[in-house]
Amino acid sequence: MGVCGEGIGKVKKTSLVLLLLSILFWPLAGVAQLTIEISEGVDNPIPVAVVPFANRSVTPLPEDVRQIISDDLQRSGEFSSLDVSRMLGLPSRREELQFRDWRIVGQSYLVIGDIEYSQLENKYAVRYELYDVAQEKFLTGQKYNVTVEQLRDVAHQISDRIYETITGVRGIFATRIAYVTLSRDDKGRDDYRLHVADADGRRAQTLLKTSEPILSVAWAPDGRRLAYVSFESGRPAIYVQQVDTAARKVVSAHKGLNSAPAWSPDGRYLAMTLSKDGNADIYRLSLDTGELKRLTNHYAIDTEPSWSPDGKSIVFTSDRSGGPQIYWMGPDGERQERLTFDGKYNARARFSGERSQIIYVHQQNGQFNIASLNIGTGEQKILTQTPLDESPSMAPNGRMLIYATRRGKNGVLAVVSLDGRAKYFLPSSQGDVREPSWSPYTY
Amino acid sequence: MKKNVMMKTSLALLVSVSLLSGCGSKATKTDMEDPSSSAYGANSSGALSAEELAAQQAEAMRRAEAERLARMADTKVKEQSALREIRTFYFDFDKYEIKSEATLALSAHAAYIAANPGVKVVVEGHADERGTKDYNLALGEKRANAVERFLIINGASRAQLESVSYGEERPAVMGHEESSWAKNRRAVIVYQ
Repeated sequence: MGVCGEGIGKVKKTSLVLLLLSILFWPLAGVAQLTIEISEGVDNPIPVAVVPFANRSVTPLPEDVRQIISDDLQRSGEFSSLDVSRMLGLPSRREELQFRDWRIVGQSYLVIGDIEYSQLENKYAVRYELYDVAQEKFLTGQKYNVTVEQLRDVAHQISDRIYETITGVRGIFATRIAYVTLSRDDKGRDDYRLHVADADGRRAQTLLKTSEPILSVAWAPDGRRLAYVSFESGRPAIYVQQVDTAARKVVSAHKGLNSAPAWSPDGRYLAMTLSKDGNADIYRLSLDTGELKRLTNHYAIDTEPSWSPDGKSIVFTSDRSGGPQIYWMGPDGERQERLTFDGKYNARARFSGERSQIIYVHQQNGQFNIASLNIGTGEQKILTQTPLDESPSMAPNGRMLIYATRRGKNGVLAVVSLDGRAKYFLPSSQGDVREPSWSPYTY
Repeated sequence: MKKNVMMKTSLALLVSVSLLSGCGSKATKTDMEDPSSSAYGANSSGALSAEELAAQQAEAMRRAEAERLARMADTKVKEQSALREIRTFYFDFDKYEIKSEATLALSAHAAYIAANPGVKVVVEGHADERGTKDYNLALGEKRANAVERFLIINGASRAQLESVSYGEERPAVMGHEESSWAKNRRAVIVYQ
């Protein structure tokens, strides 16, 4: 089995970091858990069978790796995972495979594997293999040697590999999301919390707790820092916080607005909205030198900057035409040009992962939805149908986006694929959830 | 915290209102006492001459006029303080122009702030929940700035004023329909 052993060193290195993480972020009491509710998938999802991983030791396994992989693939909307009760056999090794058994139940792909616990090392050896059923062909596989805390990480990484091998697009199951919850304590006081969780909503950690608003959460391109706006001093200020150590600093606290921080792709600059010179304009702060450069200078509102992946453009919202519309400009504020013309309200644009497409909040028929615009052709597509959608954030593979919406009385997070076909909700066990930000790749 | 500020503000208002009306009544009292003491003196010296009668009549008229003016001033003070009880000003969706119905109350605040240089005011700007959070933060600031500018044009000093926008983060009303949204698109004058 030539695949065994690949990538083990890499996993070992991260294990120490993860161990430290788990100590630092001993789950705080009352962390709001997000759950997943799938509402829509594609019409013809790819059928995949994920066979329960065989346990090669006597110790019961602390995580159901098969279930995590199955849930990941199902959640993407692009796969349907075969129920275990419909499986005609439960192979875990190549020599046990009967491809006919999987063709009969209509499967295109098959995932098998096993887990062996080593008491000596206090580690789990996780091995998986992916097969093409029709061609009876081995596609990929890997073996990992990990601690109990890393079992979920490994399961998500296996999902990523399966997704990428079959679709050709990198998976996002091992990424994370940051978001803000708002609930009210016994005395009716606001309780804002900033959280980081796995992309499936599990393993949530609280990074900040305050009675004042938190908003505009943005992952740094290195996936290790967050920028956000907090009112904890009584005024809006921009903070940058290390996700691992929770260490943080104020990077902008001018008179008036300090809002909408946006990282440059190289992580060296933050574009932001300040009103210290009298009116909301966009500035660019160098995190290395502290130098501040003003990029827009208009008596109208200019806010919500976001960099293109190549760093050569910044999109922003301006009401200089009378209502909010999306504009773009060069990284020094040059060549300011309007991009959206359809409707009276278009705001908070983000690039979808390439220069030619943005996603943003669009108002039509009294509803606020997430829309996409092809900058080249001017073609606009409405991606969501819920009534009060805001704060879209792209997944790093450019296929899915997460946004905030209302369902009944509560603010919830929702995920939709850019083609509009797959969709799921991430409601919280308590209070409102808002201001999601999808992490970049972290491994 | 918010409640505290509001209580402090209304206390400050009560105190200032009672101080003002106290001044008014004192002025009327002196006006009334003066002529009555002189009339006493006139009585002790016996019958009144024609000049004395004319003087008394003139005095009575002067007194009535002073009382009328005092009453008017009093009414004006009460009117102004009643106007200053209006501290929340509403805006249309995605707009930051002050509505015409707000100007009377805003003028009363401006006059009061101008007449009391020690007074400090924070103008809070808010937006309803629709649209994007950062745009709403800027929109709230535009609303607060519009109120601030009105107060300055009408006599308040810039040094007495400060503005802060909460965007859509601090709704006055929790509902998710137009009647609630209308109450949340606002600027609020908070006396410190």
